[in-house]
Amino acid sequence: MQTDISRRRFFKKSALAAATLAVSNVPQVLASQCETDQQLATLIDVSRCIGCEACVDACRESNEAKFPRPVKPFPKMLPDRVKVEDWSDQKDVRDRLTPYNWLFIQRAVVQTDGGEKEITLPRRCMHCVNPPCVKLCPWGAAIQQKNGISRMDPDLCLGGAKCKNVCPWKIPQRQTGAGLYLDILPSLAGNGVMNKCDRCYNRIAEGGIPACIEACPEQVQTIGPRREILKQAHELASSMNGFIYGETENGGTNTIYVSPVPFETLNQAIDKGQGRPGLKKAKDEMSEANTLAAALIIAPIAGVASAIGRYYKTVKKHASGDLL
Amino acid sequence: MNPRTIAIQPGSRRKFIYIITLFVITLTGFAQMPIFKRYYIADIPGLGWLDEFYVTHYLHYLAAAVLLAVLFEGAIGYLLMFRKHYRMTVSGRIRAMLLFGLVLTGALMAVKNFSGYWFSQQAIIAMDILHIALTVVYLSAALWVVISGKKWIEKI
Repeated sequence: MQTDISRRRFFKKSALAAATLAVSNVPQVLASQCETDQQLATLIDVSRCIGCEACVDACRESNEAKFPRPVKPFPKMLPDRVKVEDWSDQKDVRDRLTPYNWLFIQRAVVQTDGGEKEITLPRRCMHCVNPPCVKLCPWGAAIQQKNGISRMDPDLCLGGAKCKNVCPWKIPQRQTGAGLYLDILPSLAGNGVMNKCDRCYNRIAEGGIPACIEACPEQVQTIGPRREILKQAHELASSMNGFIYGETENGGTNTIYVSPVPFETLNQAIDKGQGRPGLKKAKDEMSEANTLAAALIIAPIAGVASAIGRYYKTVKKHASGDLL
Repeated sequence: MNPRTIAIQPGSRRKFIYIITLFVITLTGFAQMPIFKRYYIADIPGLGWLDEFYVTHYLHYLAAAVLLAVLFEGAIGYLLMFRKHYRMTVSGRIRAMLLFGLVLTGALMAVKNFSGYWFSQQAIIAMDILHIALTVVYLSAALWVVISGKKWIEKI
């Protein structure tokens, strides 16, 4: 219920903001009064990003209160193979995703017609339309809001990192020594809390926009209903003869990148690895199991048919038999 | 063995399929928790797939399909052929109710996993806990009936 109200308020305020922004030619909020049931998506115009990291600063500042506060010393982990992941002494790291850095600027040097060029783009959670991190979390500790935001519940997360394992981009980052596991079986189960961009859900609930969008001096990002964002992304891509990433990846995400350079090229040029997601094509991870799930409806029918077949076979065989 | 009781699935092949399916669905169900790698079980040669969440998720659905077919065959078979002269035992009723709960919560969780289906966090937590709790209770009940030799149905 809260989400509904928040969304309504969001769109009301967004309309106001959109009008203001239209006048000032700052395309940060794209609102539609008639499509309030849609998931919210962001459009990232890579051609506008100058890599100034104002978004990174804003994200860190805005979400500082949500960052984990681990209790030290950490419990001894059993068995020994369970690694402690501690970023609490490396909070300044900002060139990758960490529990204390939910957004970073990824850099790629590529060859274009005009020679060598550095492309920069903000990277964070893609907020999938059907997020595996949320759908496959065994505890319900990952949440997808009706407005498409996926986020972690720090009070419930045990830090098992399944969400990271099933994420095509390995986005969530673990911090040991915080969270519910400390109160249950700290040595034997769990290992902290998972952290990632929650697209400033609290700011959106209050009618605001994510801090990274608000702080960007180049208006790289636009937020709005997914359908409209996709429409704008295609228009933008056409205008620059560019490329789109995020529309179909993992079955569709709510983060749509538009770049003048092919994403295959960017993917080859960026530094990838732990906390540094790639830009490769990502298949819909949930689709295979969901196709099978849709076929589950046939299973009871097969069972009933088999039982009826057995019944008639028995009747035929033992017309005056013992069983009936 | 009590002469007044019979197994609802006298065919050893059906019983074998039922037991194997229960084993696979339980194993892949527990594999949804990140425990098999941590506790070296996925390190056992041939069991590495237990740490592949998408594989175990798929196998869990596959086992659910077989289990649904077996349960419906058993239930309809009982209604058509055994109901007049046999009744369900108390342990049979308890197990049937537990299985119904497992199927119901499992079906809801499968629906939740489709794109566009939204459940509140509270509902998801309730389904998760109920599904796991029912599994543990069912396995305990199954162990109890194996030890005590109880059957699903008995002669009236």
